[in-house]
Amino acid sequence: MYLAFRPIFVFVLLAAFISGCNSRSHTSSAQEPPHGGVMQPYAGKLPPDDGQWTMPAKDYGAYRYSQMEQINTSNAKDLKLAFTFSTGTVNGLEAAPLVVNNTMYIITSFPNFLYALDLTKAGAPMKWAYDPKPVASAKGVACCDLVNRGGSYYNGKIIYATLDGYAIAVDANDGHEVWKTKVGDINIGETITMAAQVVKDKVLVGNSGGEFGVRGWIIALNADTGKIVWKAYNTGPDKDVLIGPRFKPFYDMDKGKDLGVSSWNPDQWKIGGGNVWGWISYDPDLNIVYHGTGNPGPWNPDQRPGDNKWTSGIFARDADTGEALWYYQWSPHDMHDYDGINEQILLDLPIDGKIRKVLVRPERNGYIYVLDRTTGEVLSATPYGHITTSTGVDLKTGRLQMNEALKPTPGKVVHGACPASPGVKDWNPSAFSPKTGLLYLPHNNLCMDWESVETGYIAGTPYVGADVKMYPGPGGNGGVFSAWDPINKKEVWHFDDRFPVWSGALATAGNVVFYGTMDGWFIARDAKDGHELWRFKTGSGIIGQPITYKGPDGKQYVAILSGVGGWAGAIVTGGLDVRDPTAALGFANATAELPKYTNKGGMLYVFALP
Amino acid sequence: MKTLFSIAVVLSLLAGCDREKRSYKDQSPYVEEAPNKVVQSDLHPGMMPPPASTEKNVYSESAYDVAEGQKLFQQYNCSGCHFHGGGGIGPPLMDSDWIYGSDPQNIRATILEGRPNGMPSFRGKIADHQVWEIVAYVRSLSGLLPKDISPGRSDEMSLGTTPQQTHPQYPKKEQPGLNREEKPK
Repeated sequence: MYLAFRPIFVFVLLAAFISGCNSRSHTSSAQEPPHGGVMQPYAGKLPPDDGQWTMPAKDYGAYRYSQMEQINTSNAKDLKLAFTFSTGTVNGLEAAPLVVNNTMYIITSFPNFLYALDLTKAGAPMKWAYDPKPVASAKGVACCDLVNRGGSYYNGKIIYATLDGYAIAVDANDGHEVWKTKVGDINIGETITMAAQVVKDKVLVGNSGGEFGVRGWIIALNADTGKIVWKAYNTGPDKDVLIGPRFKPFYDMDKGKDLGVSSWNPDQWKIGGGNVWGWISYDPDLNIVYHGTGNPGPWNPDQRPGDNKWTSGIFARDADTGEALWYYQWSPHDMHDYDGINEQILLDLPIDGKIRKVLVRPERNGYIYVLDRTTGEVLSATPYGHITTSTGVDLKTGRLQMNEALKPTPGKVVHGACPASPGVKDWNPSAFSPKTGLLYLPHNNLCMDWESVETGYIAGTPYVGADVKMYPGPGGNGGVFSAWDPINKKEVWHFDDRFPVWSGALATAGNVVFYGTMDGWFIARDAKDGHELWRFKTGSGIIGQPITYKGPDGKQYVAILSGVGGWAGAIVTGGLDVRDPTAALGFANATAELPKYTNKGGMLYVFALP
Repeated sequence: MKTLFSIAVVLSLLAGCDREKRSYKDQSPYVEEAPNKVVQSDLHPGMMPPPASTEKNVYSESAYDVAEGQKLFQQYNCSGCHFHGGGGIGPPLMDSDWIYGSDPQNIRATILEGRPNGMPSFRGKIADHQVWEIVAYVRSLSGLLPKDISPGRSDEMSLGTTPQQTHPQYPKKEQPGLNREEKPK
């Protein structure tokens, strides 16, 4: 018993010490989200809504919100299955379906099929299928199941990327390949899992491979031709990062020449991670794209001293040239695999009496950040889950204050590090409802034990250097679905789930919000108080992103891909053996019971009112 | 023109000859080639099992080999995909499923040649005797080796051998039935 509690004792002592030194006071280093937010309708500009779903988040601001209100809090209980479609795949389905011109497009996990379904006909029969035939060897360098997070529609084409490193445009009418550009190389461990994001006439994609020592980048291609327009790396010399005279980071820690080289030991930046596998937002007025950067590699922090720029941070770039305009690092010298790639919701919010152009980021390290999106200044950073690895963000320096007691050091097992590597929230995107002014957050409640081990770099093999074991955090539930007030920085309500909530969220003007659970329930809740309106049990666990659209008959439909997998569901898709708690980078332990609740297999479910 | 025609005729005749040509060279039923090739199938046409591989596991599966193999398994980043046997990017190695066979020769072939669904080829990257040591360790993970030569203790952190579903500091609450808790706050 003594041994078991000693870390806590040390931890409390240290926390007391730290809070004594800090200008910010913390009563406890284990942080909890503040409760009691309020609803306040959003006063900012809304993107137009034509009832279609043409890009990953429906709009550039990443709201994942539909202005349709046929389905509302009184009739959602009557939702019925309208049609289904088998994807013929067995790996996790994370993509949002697209709906354009009365056609639905489904992008699957490996082998990255693209299906077109004719919504004008009964049962939405398949119009065509496109098979990019990715090489199977790519599966050996995909860290966390073989997912694909979707694509975009642009000018008669569906554009997405394949696991084996191709960006592809397919004719939306007949399914023929319009262009195919090789952008990644599996032999250095590069894969692509992110949703290709169209911004004006370009499409943006980035690489995955933070667990393979892959140097991260983002590429803009001409959406009509597939020609590369610009490419920005996230480590290395300024010219590679597209850092020039226009680069004006807000904090001193991000200022200086070639920090992408000097914040590493020699040459480590070449295998340093900072991948772009998450979400991109775009502000048309500022002509700025925002994208996060992934974890530094290897996970073992002792093998890469320094702040490891520009990993685990966020870039604002000129949408036409890719030039960096500002950068902020969520987790300098990341020690827990806190990738910085989550969604950024672009809002104009009243803060301290003034309307500010902000970017709201529910970050993996456990804080919801509100940044001024014109400058990169952090206006607030508030815990939205249980945090022990850090004690807060110093708003003067912008720096995350780490809890030294939970810093991984060689030969020591760190216990009770919260959040675990997948963070309080991973890739699975939240939704924003302008009607309630609330953010709806599917997320995790996970902690971990961590032991760093030395690892050597062999191109095309994992470069991690940590044995990790994850488990549910306080309360024993692995997941949470919550509503967040971004103005008062408080949680309004939440519901626990047995497993991490690994699906995206959808908000609608009917005040109905949707999400799915890893044991296969598709759930509708009242956006105001969160009470459950309806649920449907799908064939497999849900890690996809719900969407809604107006059908050719004028009715509102809601669609979701069911098909468990992803990092959280790798235990099911990979048939992992949980006698080894470090399986799947330690995630298998936290979802050890999942195989008792669900099985693999991909299926589209679409619902409507009778 | 006539010449061209003649050439065409001759060419087509020649092609015809080739088409009819038969080779009797490789049809002996007594094939001697590659006796050390690893057999991947349990189906044996003609009811005759193929001759056993003559390839020797040059290092016996001793406790020393297994211990060495365990170190190499980490050094060559095998553990990055298979972890400590539970799997992740690659399949688990501690269970009883063997996609490409559990014989030492099968496992060696998997390491050296790679497999089409993601297993890289380590041919030319690892010394032969080291490959055999990794083979011994891999077999020990699933209990194919006698207990007394399997590693008594692993080098990785003592995380426990059974899945731990709770935070050590926060006991699990009762979660009745299959349902998630309905507890608005």
